[in-house]
Amino acid sequence: MAVIRNLRSGAWRVIELITTPVVPADYLDVIAPLRNAQVLRAKIDAVRPETENSVTLVLRPGRGWQSHRPGQYVRVGVDVGGVRLWRSYSVTSPPSRRDGRFTITVNAVPDGVVSTHLVRRTKRGTIVHLDVPTGEFQLCHPRPAKALFVTAGSGITPVMGMLRSALHELSDVVVVHSAGTREAVVFGDELRALAAEGRIRLIERHTRADGRLKPADLDELVPDLFERRTWACGPNEMLDDLETHWADAEATHLLSTERFRPTLINSGGGGTITFAGSGTVVETDGSEPLLDSGEAAGVLMPSGCRMGICFSCVLPLREGAVRDLRDGQLTVAEPGDNIPVQTCISAAAGPCTIDA
Amino acid sequence: MTTIQRKKSNPIAHLTHEDIEQIGIELDAIRDEVMASRGEKDAAYIRRVIAWQRGLELGSRGVLLFSLFPPAWLIGTAGLSVAKILENMEVGHNILHGQWDWMRDPKIHSTKWEWDHASPAEQWKHSHNELHHTYTNVVGRDNDLGYGIMRVDEDQKWHPAHLGQPFYNFLNACFFEYGIAAYDLELGRNLATKERRQNPKFKAALKAVRRKIGKQVLKDYVVHPALSGPSFLHTIAANATANLVRNLWSHSVIMCGHFPTGVETFEKTSIEGETRGEWYLRQMLGSANISGSKAMHLMTGNLSHQIEHHLFPDMPSNRYKEIAPKIQDLFQRYGLSYVSGPLPKQVASAWYKVFRLALPNRGEAAIRRPVEKKAPAVSTRWRRAQPQVPASAHLGSAALGTPAPVALSAE
Repeated sequence: MAVIRNLRSGAWRVIELITTPVVPADYLDVIAPLRNAQVLRAKIDAVRPETENSVTLVLRPGRGWQSHRPGQYVRVGVDVGGVRLWRSYSVTSPPSRRDGRFTITVNAVPDGVVSTHLVRRTKRGTIVHLDVPTGEFQLCHPRPAKALFVTAGSGITPVMGMLRSALHELSDVVVVHSAGTREAVVFGDELRALAAEGRIRLIERHTRADGRLKPADLDELVPDLFERRTWACGPNEMLDDLETHWADAEATHLLSTERFRPTLINSGGGGTITFAGSGTVVETDGSEPLLDSGEAAGVLMPSGCRMGICFSCVLPLREGAVRDLRDGQLTVAEPGDNIPVQTCISAAAGPCTIDA
Repeated sequence: MTTIQRKKSNPIAHLTHEDIEQIGIELDAIRDEVMASRGEKDAAYIRRVIAWQRGLELGSRGVLLFSLFPPAWLIGTAGLSVAKILENMEVGHNILHGQWDWMRDPKIHSTKWEWDHASPAEQWKHSHNELHHTYTNVVGRDNDLGYGIMRVDEDQKWHPAHLGQPFYNFLNACFFEYGIAAYDLELGRNLATKERRQNPKFKAALKAVRRKIGKQVLKDYVVHPALSGPSFLHTIAANATANLVRNLWSHSVIMCGHFPTGVETFEKTSIEGETRGEWYLRQMLGSANISGSKAMHLMTGNLSHQIEHHLFPDMPSNRYKEIAPKIQDLFQRYGLSYVSGPLPKQVASAWYKVFRLALPNRGEAAIRRPVEKKAPAVSTRWRRAQPQVPASAHLGSAALGTPAPVALSAE
């Protein structure tokens, strides 16, 4: 066996020499993009409309994929206008699908470049990039006797993932879901069917007619509120309200929340730069390059032409927003991103984190 | 050429400081328009070129497995030569310039790319992107002026060793990729003293080059020939020919960028406190284009648009063609000369200079004119001039940096 292994690794080294300076995978990627375990990708096998503004994408992941746990999200990299942009979406299918596929459900957000692209323009057969699933928003073990899910808009997606995989393990489930109208409820039919079967108690709130849900409303709608283990997902204001409400009742340990955090952009420019490597934090007004701010604070950073042409100063932007001082173009990093930016001509456009 | 500051009639004497800053403003506007319109079509372009290049290389190497047969040898060698040229010029050179970084595809990114070349990408990016593109044609700062082995400017000091420079240039052309690797290592300077030879940074760089060359040589002269079996020697010859063709071609194209007649050079002191407008102007005067067909632009990696490339080194190469008329118009309006010509003419012009300057200066050129000194100042090349700011606006004048005398128009 050792001989065969040696022969195989020897043969592989020869192939690597033939393709140097690129790797054999760069050639194989053209024919079989899902075979490359170094670069996780998926093929969109189907695009199913859910509501007017949302679709479910059935994804066939390639080598390197690890199955998710219900409630977790996955980062998806999509090429929009030639630029690879990454966004996080909750997995809405149960992990046990026999065909190895999984689904995400995307809601087109106004001004959302990626979500609009996925909902309106994505076709079957498109290849997207993936990260392995992650997230702490999961059902607990052992399962609670009573469960409550409070969701709004696309906040239903991680909860749907949980219900689809573990509803049979839960005996008493209440779902309080808010959406603009009845038609805008993602998975509306499925939720109503579950309610009709008596498997969940569904409370729909149509905010365009009835206004937003307040935590006080919950006390009325769900009388045994604080006897329940609660999972909530939706807009930040809603989650803030809920967290305060649960804290007031000294029941914080019963509440789990999942936030889709939008990046803060300071339109006036400026913000706090965090240099992750050295731990240095600098306050800036956004008129000075990141490189100058860092160096002035004693951070060691690579540098070159100092005018934006040589790309020697490029460092990863981990989180936050920076602005190109030449043409004002914004670069925004979502949590988990790693976007190389030119530090000599970029300035903070809000709080941001640079790897240096 | 003599540096512009020592010339009897200065080609930019007619430009005021405001003119130069206005040129900068117009160029920034051209840049912004193109950069904002980069999109799917451009991304598809570079991916297509890469796919074609890889297909051509793989196909040619496949044909060369049977290089014993003369037609296979010819077709394979021709294909491999073209593939190697594309890989170095339109693909490698331009990706390493960061022209495609905006796509955020880690597979096509200046920080990750490695090319079929003796010089490792990291080292080349330093000497080329940083030094050559920032200090273009500044005598004593830009080593691309003669690569440290030749004298290509009257203001470079003559030494009897320069008598041999036509021969060095020919040798450099044949082994161009190794010449570049030696140049990026600053071999002449770093081998000069024991201290420099022992410098750990230099030793690490040298090791990286040795590894890179080792792999390249193994691929082209051992593995690939061995796979060809009975065609072993023929494949070695084919690969050597393809490398030679690529070297001669890229050397010729690159000589045309800055050496032909009409291209200007600059004094070291002239770039003290250089503004963005002044930097742009230096790029305009310091580069020359090659005119020709679409195929010519592709095979030169669009370095046929050397002027446009030097103005905007990080602009995707497929877009230079569309801005060239605007740039030409700008030259004309400001009374500057846009140096361009067909490849044979530009190559001949560059070679003529190599021969001529092998000898010491004679006649007019032998008289060294004094240079007006410019006060030392910090360069602010990244800072844009604000368009049409009234004199009272405080930000505008501050943004222009030091209101120094216009050193470029000394005469």
